[in-house]
Amino acid sequence: MRLLFTLCGLLAVGFVLLITVYLVISGIPAIREIGLGKFLLGRTWAAGQDEYGILPLILTSVYGTAGAVVIGVPVGFFTAVFLAKAAPKKLASLLRPAVSLLAGIPSVVYGLVGMRVLVPALRNSLHLPAGDSLLAAILVLAVMILPSIISLSETALEAVPREYEEASLALGATELETYLRVSAPAAKSGIAAAVVLGIGRAIGEAMAIMMVAGNVANMPALTRSVRFLTTGISIELNYSQDGSLQRQALFSVGLVLFLFITLINAFLNLVLKRDKES
Amino acid sequence: MRRKLYGFTVRALLYGCAAATGGLLITLVGYIIFRGVGGIDWRFLSTAESVISGTVGILPAIKNTVFVIAVSLLVSLPLGVGAAVYLTEYARNRRFVAAIEFASETLAGIPSIIYALVGVIIFCTALRLQKTLLAGSLTLAIMILPTIIRSTQESLKAVPASYREGALGLGSGKWHMIRTVVLPSSIDGIVTGCILAAGRVVGESAVLMYTAGMSMAMQSFSPDRVAGASGATLTVALYHYAKENADFSTAFSIATILLALTVVINFSASFLGRKLKRS
Repeated sequence: MRLLFTLCGLLAVGFVLLITVYLVISGIPAIREIGLGKFLLGRTWAAGQDEYGILPLILTSVYGTAGAVVIGVPVGFFTAVFLAKAAPKKLASLLRPAVSLLAGIPSVVYGLVGMRVLVPALRNSLHLPAGDSLLAAILVLAVMILPSIISLSETALEAVPREYEEASLALGATELETYLRVSAPAAKSGIAAAVVLGIGRAIGEAMAIMMVAGNVANMPALTRSVRFLTTGISIELNYSQDGSLQRQALFSVGLVLFLFITLINAFLNLVLKRDKES
Repeated sequence: MRRKLYGFTVRALLYGCAAATGGLLITLVGYIIFRGVGGIDWRFLSTAESVISGTVGILPAIKNTVFVIAVSLLVSLPLGVGAAVYLTEYARNRRFVAAIEFASETLAGIPSIIYALVGVIIFCTALRLQKTLLAGSLTLAIMILPTIIRSTQESLKAVPASYREGALGLGSGKWHMIRTVVLPSSIDGIVTGCILAAGRVVGESAVLMYTAGMSMAMQSFSPDRVAGASGATLTVALYHYAKENADFSTAFSIATILLALTVVINFSASFLGRKLKRS
């Protein structure tokens, strides 16, 4: 029995290795053929002319994620403080399931609402020819990372020892001052982990932004139609020929995305580990 | 004065952001139901799309979703529970445990579009399963593995050591002890893990779009045909109607159904988890 269970345990490791090996093996050929510099720094992605430069994709993913974090993190953080510290019990017990429902809503549903509500609203209010844009994607991503930021930050804030807060209150600080100047700094590594997790979510999302970003591989600008690393794969995966350079280039994009995610995860583990030690 | 202003600002920020989050959910849900609930009737749920009569039905998508949930859980559940049992009951080497936990966290952090690529490379192409529900389910089985491992592991850890010592002291072997004492008393975590995993499968679209196909036609799940079954689940069907057919009322109806499923899954995960723990 022991052997069987050991095998089950090793399977998780095996899957990670399998995924890594397959991604590397399938991702390398196109990079070889195109050339690493031309692949990473090329400014045009045009499958028709066999030109595969992914700089626009990389920059769009970076800007899009940054934008989502700039909007989503403050809102998520204050909501978490509210839930963990300031909210009346009844209100918190209503808001908490609401947050977990937000987390559970499938990404295509976010995409659908974004496509039918957000995109037309942006087009009309900003007088754009089309509302499908980086801005629309950023807003959708900000909403999508909100629940993970809220629930992780809340857990971190709730783990702050009550004595810290009581000491601060006894010294004459108000409750609100205590939450932001004592509780939040004490929970900072947990909150940092929440932000990193949010970044991981945002950079990996594909379907929702595929429905609102317009999917043209432009260099990123807020009101322009853009293509992310994720949507760069998803938009062409079903149309590319098996074994073609285009298909192989998609695998290379996947490899780049995988490297990004691995970096983020390594960073997350580092943050969490430091948290455990302190 | 400055302190008062600070207090006021912070209070406004806290309440404002909480209200924004709550309001966002209410608006989202309200809007989706408003646009979608009208299109849901018995025919919509119980038939397939028909070009001849011009009607839309999502029974195939419902069946495909159930099939994918069942197969991915069937594969992932024994493996995940096994891994969790190994981690909490058998493993002695701390480095080994760390490696497995790291692997499980890595799997949890990989975005679904990467799973889609991996599914296409490994299951559809290398193992020659083609674009089928089976290939999609197997890819998802890997994706939900960490959810099941983590949830099982947490409740295994909560089983008091005295239970184990009691069983061993009465002369039980290790495997017998795990089977009759440890696993039954951690059933809450296993069930919660399954429900959460099912929730991920229901919400997943990228993987299935590229590994399981997008057909809206009725599939046969008879034993000789099941390996070739290929079609859209609810989420993929939503995408199909919204993005390729521009049939938004159907898309919103499917979104309403997905919302209802999400509520049921969230509720039953916390409810069953609590209930099974008590007994």
